[in-house]
Amino acid sequence: MTATVGIRVPQRSARHDLRAVKIVLHRELLRFRRDRMRMVTGLIQPLLFLLVLGTGLSSLMPGTGAADLKTFIFPGVCAMSVMFTAMFSAGSIVWDREFGFLREMLVAPVSRGAIVVGKCLSGALVATLQGVAMLALAGLVGVPYDPVLMLGLLGMMFLGALALTGFGVMLAARIKTMQAFFGLMQMSLTPMMFLSGALYPLSGLPSWLSTITLLNPLTYIVDPMRQAVFSHVSADPAVERAFNPGVHWGDWHVPVPLQLGIVVALAAVMIGVAILEFRRGE
Amino acid sequence: MATAEADVGVIAEGGGEPAIVVDGLEKRFGTVEAVSGIGFTVAPGETFGFLGPNGAGKSTTINMLCTLLRPSGGTARVAGHDVVAERDDVRRNIGLVFQDPTLDGYLTGEQNLRFHAELYGVPRSVTADRIRQVLEMVALWDRRGDRVETYSGGMRRRLEIARGLLHSPRVLFLDEPTVGLDPQTRASIWEYIDRLKRAEQITIFMTTHYMEEAEYCDRIAIMDSGRIVALDTPAALKAEVGEDRVRIQTGDDKAALAALRDRFGIEAALHEGVVTFSVPAGEEFVPRLFAELGVAISSVSVSRPSLDDVFMAYTGTTIRDAEGSANDWMKLAARGRR
Repeated sequence: MTATVGIRVPQRSARHDLRAVKIVLHRELLRFRRDRMRMVTGLIQPLLFLLVLGTGLSSLMPGTGAADLKTFIFPGVCAMSVMFTAMFSAGSIVWDREFGFLREMLVAPVSRGAIVVGKCLSGALVATLQGVAMLALAGLVGVPYDPVLMLGLLGMMFLGALALTGFGVMLAARIKTMQAFFGLMQMSLTPMMFLSGALYPLSGLPSWLSTITLLNPLTYIVDPMRQAVFSHVSADPAVERAFNPGVHWGDWHVPVPLQLGIVVALAAVMIGVAILEFRRGE
Repeated sequence: MATAEADVGVIAEGGGEPAIVVDGLEKRFGTVEAVSGIGFTVAPGETFGFLGPNGAGKSTTINMLCTLLRPSGGTARVAGHDVVAERDDVRRNIGLVFQDPTLDGYLTGEQNLRFHAELYGVPRSVTADRIRQVLEMVALWDRRGDRVETYSGGMRRRLEIARGLLHSPRVLFLDEPTVGLDPQTRASIWEYIDRLKRAEQITIFMTTHYMEEAEYCDRIAIMDSGRIVALDTPAALKAEVGEDRVRIQTGDDKAALAALRDRFGIEAALHEGVVTFSVPAGEEFVPRLFAELGVAISSVSVSRPSLDDVFMAYTGTTIRDAEGSANDWMKLAARGRR
């Protein structure tokens, strides 16, 4: 046996917290790599939406050349897929609690903030990896594999996923069972999805419904993604007007940077609240 | 990393300072008083056991000492730090093995330890050596690359003990370290704990409801309904409860009875050819008996009062009765789920 290695655990420091964030992240990626089925099954639902719904509904629309309904749906389906993955990733903290591992993390001499941030970042990262798989399908719907477009889309997906994982981790501080957690996530995610413009244009909605869509955070992720996609495909103006109307507050066309700013702010608030909840609890 | 050198080195600090000092510690949940004003001191290097049925307040106490629960009253210092005011300092100096498993089954044994090392800020320069060392100590080095979900219950426990030791804590808390394991595995876990006590300078604070295991402790506190009802070495506790019973068979029982009375001042009883009497330390008494009795002895047996007798004397019930079989079944069921 080797000589006894004595270790003095260092005082808490920013560097130590950073190590904690990194290892929480690393663990989640290890688990994700081990769990390849998750990535495959995660693709099935969006593929159905994209090909079945997209193709099916396209027959109702006039033929419009390069850009059609599938092009329109593509960013929405990408966002949806990433959101669902983010939801599952956030659920891992409930899972950790159920299997005791959360306790191992919470008794360590690191700040709870480091653990929460690590969890949120890893959730968002894993969801974005799912997004990479989605983007690989771009060719199927006539979206070019332009590196700038792809990176832009990934960035936006990451932001959206971060906000949603933050939301999930915030809930997980209070909700102790998987069933309740996924029930609640499903309940909030499904209406968000249908009221975000992911699957149909929001332009023709009655005003009460369109007000709701403006309160929906997912709207501000889907629209910038769609605008990015449409800036890289050639669509005739009529199609573009119908399919890519943008988001309007009253008559004001909300610019993309502001939309993304809303998402960033939302992510910050969610993660902040999650940290507070975990500090207070236990 | 300039501080790395300073981080590694001496394990024990503060020499003779007690490892744990508890004074008037209380915990109330609503109107229920789980722990009502207990106090004790644990010396460095000591193995200190909490013995009691489920619901006696053992886990509540351990959770307060580990900074997981905030006491309702009283104070506790662990490794020289206050568990409320200096929570992180306490955490840096303790290792924990919980009653319920806290491993990630998806990761390998080594990855679980690496996670722990990073979380506790173990200097990278020594992480690999230390991981190897603790894994060898619990004989899991060969299985380090296997996922934990393929480990048996005993192996998981050992891995958790290795993990608890990884950052060289001054105090290791073991909350029911062998609950739910079969007797053989339990014995082997104790071998490992014994080995680590020799290898590392460490104080062990443990809870158990197995009487046999309490024997491994230097001192034990018997807890009942939130109070410590007795605290001493196992031998002293047993001595307090009753003296050892010595039974002998002799060639001449009458002469033996007389000799015992005259030479040792002991009143013995004769039942069915067996001479029976009580002495404080039976095993030490036997050689004297042979030397000085002057009557041929054909057989001798010494029996000690067991900790069961001790527990009975202090709580008025056996630990098994106090526990209730339903509880055991719940535990088994919970374990089977994994």
